[in-house]
Amino acid sequence: MNLPMSWLNDYMDIDVDAKTYADALTMSGSKVEGYKTAGDEISNVVTGKVLTCIDHPDSDHLHITTVDAGTGEELQIVCGAPNVKAGIIVPVALVGAILPGDFKIKKGKIRGVESNGMLCSHDELGISEEVLGYTPEYGILILPEDTPIGKDIKDVFGLNETVVEFEITSNRPDCFSIIGLARETAVTFDKEFCVPEPKFSENSENINDTLTVEVENKDKCLRYSARMVKNVKIAPSPAWMQERLRACGVRPINNIVDITNYVLLEYGQPMHAFDLRDLEDRKIVVRTANDGEVIKTLDEQDRKLNSNDLVISDGKRAVAIAGVMGGFNSEVKDDTTTVVFESATFDGASVRLTAQRVGLRTEASSRYEKGLDYNNTVPAINRACELVEQLGCGENVGGMIDIMGNVHDMETLPFRPEKINAFLGTDVSTETMVKYFKALGIEVDMENMTLTPPSYRPDLVGEADIAEEVARFYGYDKIPVTLLSGEATCGKKTDRQKAQDCINELLTAQGLYEIYTYTFTSPSVFDKLNIPSDSELRNVVKITNPLGEDTSIMRTTTIASMLDILSRNYNQRNPYAKLFELGKVFVPTSEGELPCEPVKITLGMYGDGVTFFDIKGNVEAMFNGLNVKKVRYEALSDNPVFHPGRCAKVSAGGKDLGVIGQIHPSVAKKFGIDTDVYVAELDFENVFLNIKTDISFKELPKYPAVTRDIAMLVDKATPVADIERVIQKAGGNLLENLTLFDVYEGKQVEEGKKSVAYSATFRATERSLTGEEVQAIFDKIVKKLEGQLGAQLR
Amino acid sequence: MKDKLEQIRAAALEVLEKATDINALEEARIKFLGKKGEMTAAMKEMRNLSAEDRPKIGALANEVRGNIEKHIEEKKAELSAKMQEAKLKAEVVDVTMPGNAPKMGKLHPLTKVMNNLKDTFIGMGFEIAEGPEVEKDYYNFEALNIPKNHPARDTQDTFYIDENTVLRTQTSPMQVRVMEKQKPPIRVIAPGRVYRSDTVDATHSPVFHQIEGLVVDKGVTMADLKGTLEVFLKELYGEKTKVRFRPHHFPFTEPSAEADVSCFACGGKGCPVCKGEGWIEVLGCGMVHPKVLANCGIDPEVYSGFAFGIGLERIAMGKYDINDLRLFFENDLRFLDQF
Repeated sequence: MNLPMSWLNDYMDIDVDAKTYADALTMSGSKVEGYKTAGDEISNVVTGKVLTCIDHPDSDHLHITTVDAGTGEELQIVCGAPNVKAGIIVPVALVGAILPGDFKIKKGKIRGVESNGMLCSHDELGISEEVLGYTPEYGILILPEDTPIGKDIKDVFGLNETVVEFEITSNRPDCFSIIGLARETAVTFDKEFCVPEPKFSENSENINDTLTVEVENKDKCLRYSARMVKNVKIAPSPAWMQERLRACGVRPINNIVDITNYVLLEYGQPMHAFDLRDLEDRKIVVRTANDGEVIKTLDEQDRKLNSNDLVISDGKRAVAIAGVMGGFNSEVKDDTTTVVFESATFDGASVRLTAQRVGLRTEASSRYEKGLDYNNTVPAINRACELVEQLGCGENVGGMIDIMGNVHDMETLPFRPEKINAFLGTDVSTETMVKYFKALGIEVDMENMTLTPPSYRPDLVGEADIAEEVARFYGYDKIPVTLLSGEATCGKKTDRQKAQDCINELLTAQGLYEIYTYTFTSPSVFDKLNIPSDSELRNVVKITNPLGEDTSIMRTTTIASMLDILSRNYNQRNPYAKLFELGKVFVPTSEGELPCEPVKITLGMYGDGVTFFDIKGNVEAMFNGLNVKKVRYEALSDNPVFHPGRCAKVSAGGKDLGVIGQIHPSVAKKFGIDTDVYVAELDFENVFLNIKTDISFKELPKYPAVTRDIAMLVDKATPVADIERVIQKAGGNLLENLTLFDVYEGKQVEEGKKSVAYSATFRATERSLTGEEVQAIFDKIVKKLEGQLGAQLR
Repeated sequence: MKDKLEQIRAAALEVLEKATDINALEEARIKFLGKKGEMTAAMKEMRNLSAEDRPKIGALANEVRGNIEKHIEEKKAELSAKMQEAKLKAEVVDVTMPGNAPKMGKLHPLTKVMNNLKDTFIGMGFEIAEGPEVEKDYYNFEALNIPKNHPARDTQDTFYIDENTVLRTQTSPMQVRVMEKQKPPIRVIAPGRVYRSDTVDATHSPVFHQIEGLVVDKGVTMADLKGTLEVFLKELYGEKTKVRFRPHHFPFTEPSAEADVSCFACGGKGCPVCKGEGWIEVLGCGMVHPKVLANCGIDPEVYSGFAFGIGLERIAMGKYDINDLRLFFENDLRFLDQF
């Protein structure tokens, strides 16, 4: 909402500078976005008359002019505009002038001819077509013939006006008006303020003799006020009105339309003007539309309506969509002679839905949808009539039609000053509160200690709302600053939150960088990941109104997100990347229930020398740091996302923890990665459930250990995990540690076999082991290896 | 006999004086003090002495032996000091050469900022709550005093899953979820991911992060809100930061405010970062709306509270001078490595 300061000063004298004003209003709750004096960037530009105009001898498009700019001498100015000619009045930037963009005009020579200034176009002056109110012809700006010479261009276009721009919150529709902002200003600066009652004369006729109004739907039309103006002479509105409209970003059209817009801005009350000739049967009916009813709106678009939409119709057809836009069939035209003014209040929610559905958000609809004051229709329509008289553009017909719908009175609220102070932590006197309330138009009943807010403040419905009014004008900055008292609470993280912090630390300490990825993705990722069409992963939570297809479903796997980021880094030529993410996936549950949102721990990496065992090592180290024990890794050859020979299923404590592997080269390729790339996707919850928390200390060993190496030949396909299980089982309690130290295939090893070597440490806690004891265990291990795995000891 | 001993002493001391390494000392020890050494040989002649002279010469012999031993030890200490010095000289390294650092990764800047905020609030007695990102319309809007067709829904362009389910547009639904489960006193922050249907550009993202805060107890005042958030903002932006609370509107708080901090780029004088205002908006807050308390079964006549919501990205962008929101989700290592 733009507020021209001169308009505010119609109601009260505010003699502070724009910054002080802006700061004060911001602090009392009307946030100022900025303020601007349009002409600040222009100086020394005046109106001038082109006296002579000849072609430049050295150019096919330049002209040499002489100009009278009221400076007392004829100025020679070279001009390249195609529309320059003798006799026109134009803006002249004198030598020393400054134009927007800090462009200084200097004396100079153009192709050898002296030039003392510049003739300007509207663009060069920074004057928009909105401000002009028309699209000028290409070239310099030609001003009306009766424009005086030597006048500052800022005065011609009203560029001296300071306009303050407010951000109005949705709970304050009353502040979408000059009067509303004036009221806020008055309370802020402790000024007297009242809205003068519009005064105008009416002729002896009565509107009721010419027009009937019926309101069929009184829930959606809360009030309908109408007045009539005859002998209308459509013409441009006066300059002062046009300037104010432009300053508020409204384009002047003609006197009648400008009056409705002026009242809209001043009172915050949308108005509409119908041409009486177009109202069939001289009748206005406010009704809901018929399903499929079509209306051509002012912007000449056909709009299809349904029975939820409220329309204004005449005896036969709709002439406006209520609260949204007037109809093309009944608009004010150049030859209109009798006008019907409409000033009405419609149900906000209904206007909002209609505006949304027909895709039209107008000045009017955006105000109506916030809920307008039904007591404002009459003052506003009277103001319009006052302006008609003031502008001399018609004759006000006597009487008014004013139909009330189903409205609710404002509720009376208890006034408990001590409660307000206790809530705010302040000590504001009752008198001060009462002063604010009166200035805001809130009725105060000190006998019953009640408050009744005015109907233009539908936001004041509870004591907290009243407390806010006190806080705003007392000053948020004057509310004391205290720390929380009361019962102490223990600030802490949950065990799951601590585990996640721990994972962050363990993975970063191993050289992995944390990433954040989008949780929504494209339905095409499943094909990209080679995931079969019947996979559970394809059962997804869908967004009904996504930004685009590629962000239209919630992910069920984090692997694609990880691959996208690895791909980005790969294609940015980052030579290696080791990344991780703790992020959610979304698994649909039953109809009407929210999906599950499990957290996944995702690792991903590529780079020179990175192998399967690097990512597995990172995962193992993480498990070790978390105290997750006895993790099993089993070869998984049928996960289509992964390399069939380099993928492991990870489990512990009977729970599936996830999967680690090299991404299938065909998948990697689809993600734009043509190197080996590794990903692990683990389920946080199942990892968390495997964290061993009951740790009890074991005595440090007192007796020596015996270490023996075990080297064997086994089938190439035998997983070392199987060998280890056999050794562990046979070794029993006395086997303290088992370390794989060599795996070898090739020369000196039989085809189809591999050599595997372990170092085994044996120790008893309560005595020294004898050589015989160790040998016996060793023999047992060998026997089991031979028997169960066909191993040959080397 | 006495002369003999003195000769040995003189010879030994001379040898020791000339010794240049530890080996020479050992040789000297063997030569003079060893089992087959000169002292031993000399001592063998003791038996030829008279009973009267024997103790005297014996004492002298011990004194000479001791004297030689002492010299050996001294010389040894001197030589090893020299050797040590020579060794140290030879072992000089260029300490300006790079260390053998294990490659460390880094946390995402948003996590860093988030951790910082969590720590501050934990220190003030807050717990951390988490909740769903796919949320019921009821929690995201209705219970927060934003009924269907409320104009405030326009400003939050919402992704819908179905008529009653949305991607949460704010972390505020956590206020309701916490109050439904927990009775006052409540001090909770709820960090998390939120969604709005904004097209991606330098300052907009359809996915971003907020931290919601909620305090509910008997006698909580707006002065407490100011005090708590001032402590937090000074912790975040530095002790000298000025904090300003300005009236605003949120449907679920009343009175509502936005908090500004004095511009961290110019200190409040006005610069391009703060668009000349000297202030930067950092969070929204207010007293929990009595209707919201009542919706959660908490009696607003007995209890009051305040709530606040902070945009994490905005804080991180201010703190690290990041000018493009997209960088957070692109995760280029050259970006991630800077924090």
